[in-house]
Amino acid sequence: MSTRLAPNTPGVGRLIDRSKQQNFTFNGKRLTGHAGDTLASALLANDQVLVGRSFKYHRPRGVVASGAEEPNALVGLGTGNRFEPNQRATTTELYDGLTARSQNHWPSLDFDIGAVNSAFANFLPAGFYYKTFMAPRPFWKHVYEPFIRRSAGLGKAPDPDARDPDSYEHFHAHVDVLVIGGGIAGLEAARRAGEAGARVLLVEQSAHWGGRAPVDGGEVEGHSTEAHVSQLLAALEAMENVTLRARCMGAGVYDHGYVLAYERLTDHAPALKGPRHRLWRIRAGQVITATGAIERPLSFSGNDVPGVMLASAVRDYVVNWAVSPGDRTVIVTNNDDAYRTALVLRRAGLAVPAIIDARVLPADSPLMAEVRAAGIRILQGHAVDHVMGGKRVRGVAICSHAGEGGAVIEEIPCEAVAMSGGWSPVVHLWSHCGGKLTWDETRAMFRPDPDRAPTGDKGQPFVVAAGAANGALTLGEVLEDAVAAAERATARPRTSDAPQAVAQEEAPLAPVWMMPQGASIHHRAKAWLDYQNDVKVSDVQLAAREGFTSVEHAKRYTTLGMATDQGKLSNINGLAILSGALGNGIPEVGTTTFRPPYTPISMGAIAGAAVGDTFQPIRRTPIHDWLEENGAEWEPVGQWRRPYTIKRPGETTEEAVQREVTNTRENLGLLDASTLGKLIVKGPDAGRFLDMMYTNMMSNLKPGRCRYGLMCNENGFLMDDGVVARIDEDTFLCHTTSGGADHIHQHMEDWLQCEWWDWQVYVANVTEQYGQIAVVGPNARKVLEAIGGIDVGKEALPFMGWVEGELGGIPVRIYRISFSGELSFEIAVKAGLARHLWDLLLTVGKQFGVMPYGTEALHIMRAEKGFIMIGDETDGTVIPQDLGLNWAISKKKEDFLGKRAQQRLDMARADRWKLVGLETVDGSVLPDGAYALGEGENANGQRNVIGRVTSSYHSPTLGHGIAMGLVLGGPDRMGEVISFAKGDGTTTIEAKITDPVFYDKAGEKQDV
Amino acid sequence: MLTLHCPCCGIQADETELAPGGQAHLTRHGPGSSDEDFHDYLFTRANPRGVHFERWRHAAGCGKWFHAARDTQTLEVFGTYAAQTLAPPQHIRDAITERRPDWTWHASGRATE
Amino acid sequence: MSEGLAHVVSPLNGARFDGLISVREMAPQGMITLRGDLAAPAIKNAATGVGGHDMPGQRQASGDADRAILWMSPDELLLLLPYAEVPGAVASIGKLLEGSHALVADVSDARTGFELRGEGLREVLAKLAPADLSPGALPVGEVRRTRLGQVPAAFWLKSEASAQVICFRSVARYVFDQFRRAAQPGSTVGFF
Repeated sequence: MSTRLAPNTPGVGRLIDRSKQQNFTFNGKRLTGHAGDTLASALLANDQVLVGRSFKYHRPRGVVASGAEEPNALVGLGTGNRFEPNQRATTTELYDGLTARSQNHWPSLDFDIGAVNSAFANFLPAGFYYKTFMAPRPFWKHVYEPFIRRSAGLGKAPDPDARDPDSYEHFHAHVDVLVIGGGIAGLEAARRAGEAGARVLLVEQSAHWGGRAPVDGGEVEGHSTEAHVSQLLAALEAMENVTLRARCMGAGVYDHGYVLAYERLTDHAPALKGPRHRLWRIRAGQVITATGAIERPLSFSGNDVPGVMLASAVRDYVVNWAVSPGDRTVIVTNNDDAYRTALVLRRAGLAVPAIIDARVLPADSPLMAEVRAAGIRILQGHAVDHVMGGKRVRGVAICSHAGEGGAVIEEIPCEAVAMSGGWSPVVHLWSHCGGKLTWDETRAMFRPDPDRAPTGDKGQPFVVAAGAANGALTLGEVLEDAVAAAERATARPRTSDAPQAVAQEEAPLAPVWMMPQGASIHHRAKAWLDYQNDVKVSDVQLAAREGFTSVEHAKRYTTLGMATDQGKLSNINGLAILSGALGNGIPEVGTTTFRPPYTPISMGAIAGAAVGDTFQPIRRTPIHDWLEENGAEWEPVGQWRRPYTIKRPGETTEEAVQREVTNTRENLGLLDASTLGKLIVKGPDAGRFLDMMYTNMMSNLKPGRCRYGLMCNENGFLMDDGVVARIDEDTFLCHTTSGGADHIHQHMEDWLQCEWWDWQVYVANVTEQYGQIAVVGPNARKVLEAIGGIDVGKEALPFMGWVEGELGGIPVRIYRISFSGELSFEIAVKAGLARHLWDLLLTVGKQFGVMPYGTEALHIMRAEKGFIMIGDETDGTVIPQDLGLNWAISKKKEDFLGKRAQQRLDMARADRWKLVGLETVDGSVLPDGAYALGEGENANGQRNVIGRVTSSYHSPTLGHGIAMGLVLGGPDRMGEVISFAKGDGTTTIEAKITDPVFYDKAGEKQDV
Repeated sequence: MLTLHCPCCGIQADETELAPGGQAHLTRHGPGSSDEDFHDYLFTRANPRGVHFERWRHAAGCGKWFHAARDTQTLEVFGTYAAQTLAPPQHIRDAITERRPDWTWHASGRATE
Repeated sequence: MSEGLAHVVSPLNGARFDGLISVREMAPQGMITLRGDLAAPAIKNAATGVGGHDMPGQRQASGDADRAILWMSPDELLLLLPYAEVPGAVASIGKLLEGSHALVADVSDARTGFELRGEGLREVLAKLAPADLSPGALPVGEVRRTRLGQVPAAFWLKSEASAQVICFRSVARYVFDQFRRAAQPGSTVGFF
């Protein structure tokens, strides 16, 4: 059984504090561990060898690795709002009170009905999904999908009603050198870069510094690796220009030195205050990837039985956490490094019945000799025929590596198997932004090709791989490589030699991609490549036979490397199998693309502060608070919030809107129009410039007067409209639509900066300088006169004029413009005084029946008047001529934006849809956007259409539905009744084509 | 996620401070122009794999437009310069030729290689 | 104007938050946008006359707590002065610049200011802005126009423990709420 080693065992438990006990639960079972444990080490210490079920076949699975590469030990962590699926037990630090559940099994982890899938393994081969989802078609949704969804999959998604109670944040950091990976190479490189004076950030994904070095042993400058790591760390901590970050994973490397790092602040200690995760958004001049290497599994039959682990992981569990994976561990290897595991186990008093080495070496290497001297049996040229056991290892059957399996020479009882197929440098971060790899035949690994590094904004290489991530495996190589990396990253030669390391020499490995080398189909169908997605050697070979010769295709067909671990253990073995099946070399087959993030990062970290009230900016007018307090039903207009209506207690939304319209038409309405864009355009060429911006003439507008204008883009399409007021000879104030201000401001700046830069014009966006209040209705003048201060009589302030002065002591500018057809004054007031003026208008207006109104009442009133609205009557394909606005298009001007485009054939076509009014025959309201039906069908069998509704309302003034729409030949069809399709696709609604102006056609009411 | 040097305020700006504005050095065709010229002005854009000239605005910064010469494949930036130019200035052309000896300027903005 | 001035309010009524740093919405501040040829003597005279300080260089702020001139772009300055003085100042700049091509606009109400106080202010800003906020890249007295989260803003340090932020009025609440998050207790980064 797997268990915790006794406290007096030599050389074990360096990361745990046995004096601190921590309680946790696994599937409801109460267990204990120690401070410093990972969930995986604590589970193993409690003999919880079985930790999950596999994706497809529901096979029992145990911990394989000790770090980020773990494919099997995925658990659901936490409960309720804090529940998270698919968390790796190997990178989850234990804390008191942790709750974990295993995944993908029913009814229980020990007894899983889904395991029956395993018996049908022959029916679930590579491409199973593609082959299944063929026919009959109705089975897709109702038979196959529900079945597959129930039986396959990893963790469950959290409850849709769950809300993450934690907070997250981003942090922007700019550094000269970013070092990713705090192993011995990263520490050395960071120290060198720091000494060279660079601003350095060093990030390490785990909670500990030093990486594998303290476990793997050796000596540096006469000290143990552990002591050397402490010295390096102390030196780095003393440097002002170096920042160290543990629990911070380099997640992705992007263009121009942009790097994301994912810091986990409170996962290990949930009681801590502050954000849970922090996403570092780093700009680095140079990036050193010291990301280490990952040990490869060996592909033999039963290599997924719980208790089969990576040799390095076994070593880690013993040395770091004092966990014995079993009393007897058989080691299977193709290289020398696994022999270190034998020595570690033996030192801890555990049995190593045999080392099964696929190689046959001419002479013992130093490590081998040391193992042999310790009395451990070495079987060279041998292989694992199969692993015995179901939910845990009971032993291994041994055969000759040269054969095809089945001829078992010996069965060795054991509780654990430690396997090593060699090491693969972690080249992910090197590769994210285009770094290329080269195949190292001797070491059987892909390593970064320094001549083809990712390049930055000056075309310079900006990523340097260091240490094991660069293919350096021995201690001495790693340190030398780290120093060289720092030299390249800082462009400064070393000031001292790399530290002297002492480590045992190793014999070369022999590549082993399948064990035994000629394994029969029976063996291959139980030899797992991708544990997480249940892909076997036989699946990849089948894919090759079926023609998936590209590694990217084979990946998708078999799902190899497509799970949450992205094939950290399986990719190289998988493509080696593929290359074997295709008869191509491994470098010719190549790797699949490495994409960020390196391991999954939380959605919370990606969102950062963009949640809740800071999800997006909400723009508030100076009247916002009053509206909020008085029943506003909000409507988004760009980022602004405008009141759709201001409801009174007991009213429906519709009732409120009708009340607002009626009262404004009969008494007095107030509208918060602060969102209207306001741009000052000033300079000797301002008139000439606005003549280009607007379709109509603006240069001949008189100071003191206003004019409605249309703006088109160069395609000729309407983009904005609004009233322009001429302030003085060379100053205009242009109103834009709500939400259009920034866009139109930039549009103007674009033309001024990039096309007519010699014109003397300046533009300033003063939208937010002013609150704007529309005072509308028959009593509008009365309320302003009652407040007093400015003559707003018809002569002093005629329709389409403006005046400036003090209204009740408040400095204002009043525009006599109307978007409702009523007598109307739009009052611009400094934003800081807008609320004051609003309150004053409400107080004084009481006697005149004052009532604020919202955007829906505004829309109804403008529609009653036939005024168009940008975004309703226009959609980016509509020209002013379509809307009967020819009167606002100057014929005198030689040029304006859109003029040339409006001369194009398509714009002058006779059959363009044109604006008309629409009145339903039965008085009901047309559905917004409904299409007018024509004769016959188009080529796709769809009914031909001859128009559509652009605005539609119930008019309380007229007592029936009114609408505007674009209709083929519309203006020539006055009085004709046409049919519109309702949303249900069958019923129609009849409407008569009318003039779009429904109310006060002569415009007498606004001009009194 | 590019960084571009804003020649107007001197900031090395993050892409998230910038707004893109498409191909640079287009010639405006207005009333009186031929259908073909106008069509090209509105719709025809170079889409090179390699050297390209673009308009950018330092939107969340000084608000000014500027031009950038960069390689669309490698994202190498050869330089940024004032928007108030009809063609890339000599120092930009030199910077490009230094890195891409086969490149020559054509008024259409399209490189021949 | 006198009656009106008493009623002038800032969008958040002087809201305040204390966490890693203290964030306080400032009382209404006079601000004048001046666009023109910054090399022209008339513009310089007008700016320094009202701003009460020397012309700032590129991206610089020159001034003190009461009055300052901020370089905003190659043809734009922002003059800071007491709120009540703005109408007079706009009029006098207008007079000084008569005949020259320039734009003068009162933008005091279009924006709001925040004062940040505390040693961690670079860090709090760096959570929201993509700019390099290290002392070498943003020395005291230099104005950085960038974004805070999803909105544009400008800020400059008056000292290592005091900074001023200017953003648009309509997003004052959004900016303040972002600061509240960024300055929450327990979120020290320790980078600068």
